[in-house]
Amino acid sequence: MLNENYIKVLNIDLTTGRVSVDLREDLMKYLGGVGVASKLLLENMVPGEDPLSPGQPIIFAIGAISSIFPVVTKTVAMFISPVTGELGESYAGGRFAYTMFNAGIDALVIKGMSMHPCYISINNNRIDIKDARAFWGLHANQVGQYIRTVEGGQGKRSIIRIGPAGENLCKIANVNVDTYRHFGRMGLGAIFGSKNLKAIQVTGDNTKEIKDQKKYLKVYNDIFNKVTDTKLMTKYHDLGTPINVNVLNIIGALPVKNLQQAHLEDDENISGEHFAERNLVRKIACVGCPVGCVHIGQVRREFDVGHEYETLNVAYDYELIATLGSDLGITDSDSILELIDAVEEYGLDAVAGGICLAYATECFEKKIITEEQTIVPLAFGNKDSYLRAIKYMAAKENDFYAALSDGVAVASKKYGGEDFAVSIAKNEMPAYHTGYGAIVGYSCGARHSHLCNGGYSYDQAHHEFNKQELVDSIFDEEVKRCVLNSLIICLFARNVYDNPTILSALDAVSAVAPENLNDEYLEQLGLRIYKTKLLIKQALGFDLSKIQISKRVFTTPAMGEILDEGITREMIEMFKKKDEELLASDI
Amino acid sequence: MGKVLKSVDMNKCIGCFTCQRVCAAINHKSFTDDKSAIKIRTLGGISGKFFATHCLACTGDIACMNACPSGALTARPGGGVILNEKKCIHCKKCAESCIVKAIYFTDDNSPPIICKHCGVCVKYCPHNCLIMEDKEDA
Repeated sequence: MLNENYIKVLNIDLTTGRVSVDLREDLMKYLGGVGVASKLLLENMVPGEDPLSPGQPIIFAIGAISSIFPVVTKTVAMFISPVTGELGESYAGGRFAYTMFNAGIDALVIKGMSMHPCYISINNNRIDIKDARAFWGLHANQVGQYIRTVEGGQGKRSIIRIGPAGENLCKIANVNVDTYRHFGRMGLGAIFGSKNLKAIQVTGDNTKEIKDQKKYLKVYNDIFNKVTDTKLMTKYHDLGTPINVNVLNIIGALPVKNLQQAHLEDDENISGEHFAERNLVRKIACVGCPVGCVHIGQVRREFDVGHEYETLNVAYDYELIATLGSDLGITDSDSILELIDAVEEYGLDAVAGGICLAYATECFEKKIITEEQTIVPLAFGNKDSYLRAIKYMAAKENDFYAALSDGVAVASKKYGGEDFAVSIAKNEMPAYHTGYGAIVGYSCGARHSHLCNGGYSYDQAHHEFNKQELVDSIFDEEVKRCVLNSLIICLFARNVYDNPTILSALDAVSAVAPENLNDEYLEQLGLRIYKTKLLIKQALGFDLSKIQISKRVFTTPAMGEILDEGITREMIEMFKKKDEELLASDI
Repeated sequence: MGKVLKSVDMNKCIGCFTCQRVCAAINHKSFTDDKSAIKIRTLGGISGKFFATHCLACTGDIACMNACPSGALTARPGGGVILNEKKCIHCKKCAESCIVKAIYFTDDNSPPIICKHCGVCVKYCPHNCLIMEDKEDA
C-alpha cells in the first residue's frame, strides 16, 4: 500500500457475514495487482472443488501505483474459472481501481455464499452486506441505476454487477463494471451468481499524503506528456481498437462465420472508420486516463409503430465487432451495436457469447442440431435470431442453451461439432487469427488470452519463422506483463511504461526499497509472479501437453498460412519446458 | 483584471479526472481527489453527461466571503476569493453558504478546499474543457 510497508487485504465471508482485515508485509515481495492476487488465490482456492462451490474465493487487487499515475487504471480479478476449470484472471478499467484506492484497500478476498441475494457496499472501513433480493433478475444496467439511487458517492463510486446470466450460473457470464467496462472473460459473473452476490459498490475518501511532491510531479508530468503529446497512444483515442477491423481483415486474421474464413470480402460497414462516421457519439475514459479510448456508439431502434424510437448507447471495441459481427456474418454497425447491447444487458461475455452463437449456427446449418434445440432458426447474418438466442442463453431456456451458455467446449462435447467449436483450453479463442504466435500464445498464456503475451503482435511483427525465438519471445513477454499487471497499468500504455518509466514511478512514491530500483528486480518480480500462477495451474491439474485446441484453427489459414498442429504442439512443449524450469527454480 | 476558471466545453469531457488529480497533488500535496477544488460529476452514472463543480468566481456581493465570520476570505481580482488560512476558524459557514457546493472541508480541523483559480487544472485538461477567462474587477 502506498506510503506503507504492507498490503491491506479485506476479507469478506458471505456465509457468516464476517469481515476482517490483514496487513500483510509478506505480500510486498509481490508488489501489487496480479502478484498479490495470484498469491492470495493460491492461498485461498480449494483444488478439487467445483469452481462454483461456496468455498472458492474471488480475489480483487489494485496495483502498486494504481490511480496516481496516468493510465494506471485496472483492477485484476482472480478466481478459478468455471469455463476452463483452472486459473481465472480478468482485468477491468472504469472506476473500480480508483475507488478501491480511495477506500484504502489493496486487495479484496470474497468467500462463502449469502443465504439470499445480496450486494456488498464498501465505504472506507464500513463494509455492509446488503439485501439484494429485489434486484435478483434485473439486467446489469438496471441494477446499477437502483444502487445509484440508494447509495451516496456520486462521481466517485464504482458499481460492479451481474445480469441474469450470472445469476443463472451461465459459465460465460461476465461482471459489468461502471456500465461500459467489464471483467469479461472466464466466467467471473457465474461465480458472483454462485455466491448470491449481485453487485459490489465502493466509495472512499482516505487521505494519502504525497511525501515528495517535487519528485512525484516530475515523473507524473513526464508520463502525462508521453501519453498526451506523443503518438504512442493516438490510435486508441482516435478510431480506438476498431481500427483493427480493417487492419486484421487485410492480413487475413479476422474471424468470419465461426472462423470458417479469416477474411471478409466487404468489411466497409463494420470498419472502425464506418463506426466513427455513422455511430460514434462520445468517447470517455477510465479514471486516471487522459486518453479516453471508450468509444460509445449510438443506434436508434424502432420499438413500435407510430414512429416510436429508443436510443441505445453502446461501448464498442474491435474484439466485439469481430465476435458479434464478422464471426456471425453480421456486416453492419447498427446490428452489431444491438447485439453488444443485448449481451451487456443479460451479462454475458461478448467474446465467448459471439463464438457460442457462431458455433451453434454452424451446428444448425450442418443439421447436427435442429430448431427444436435452437428455438429460432439460426443463420449467419440473422440478427433477430441472435438477439433472441442471447436471451435464451442467459435464461438457460432449454438444455441446448444451458449447455451453450457454458461455452463451446461444454456444448460441443454434448452435441457434437467439436472440430469447429472454436476454443483453446476450453476458452473461446480471442479474435486474432494471426498465426503460430497467437495460437501458441493463447495455449501457453496463463489465462489463454491474447493479452497474456501478445502472440498476435509477434506474428504481425516477425516474418522469419523460428520456433525457439517465437517461444522465447512469448515467454519473456508473459513474464514482462506480470510486472505491468502488478502496477496495474492499462496494457494500451505498455509502450509508455518501459522499465525506466516504471522504476522512476515506483521511486517517486517510494513503492519499493531504493536497492530494488533496477531491471534485475523487475525481472525477478515478473518471474516470481508468473511462477505463482504456474503453481496455481499445477495445483488445479493443468497440463500443457493435454491442452485442447480447436481443429478449426488448423484448417482456416491464419494470415494466409495453414498452421500445422504438430509444429504448434512442438512449440507448446518447448514452452512447457521453460515453465518447468521456472517451477524448479528457487525464485 | 484577473483570470478565473470556467468549465465551458464539458461536452468534450472524457471523465479522466486529471483535473482533480493535479489540483489535489499540486495545491494540497495529496493523492486523494477529495482535496481537489474542482470535482467532476455525472448524473445517472457514467452514461450521463459530465459536469464540473468548482468555484464560479462570484464578484461583488460574495456569499462565502459574507458568511465568513473571521475575515479569512477576501475578494479576489476578477472574481472568487482568497483564503487566509491563518484567520480561518474552520466553522464551515462558507461551505454552507455556497449554493453550488464548491467549498469542501475534508476534516474538522483544517481550512476549506477552495479554488484559487490558479489554472493548473486547465493546463492539464486533455480536451480543453476548461479555460482561464480574463475578467475585469467588479
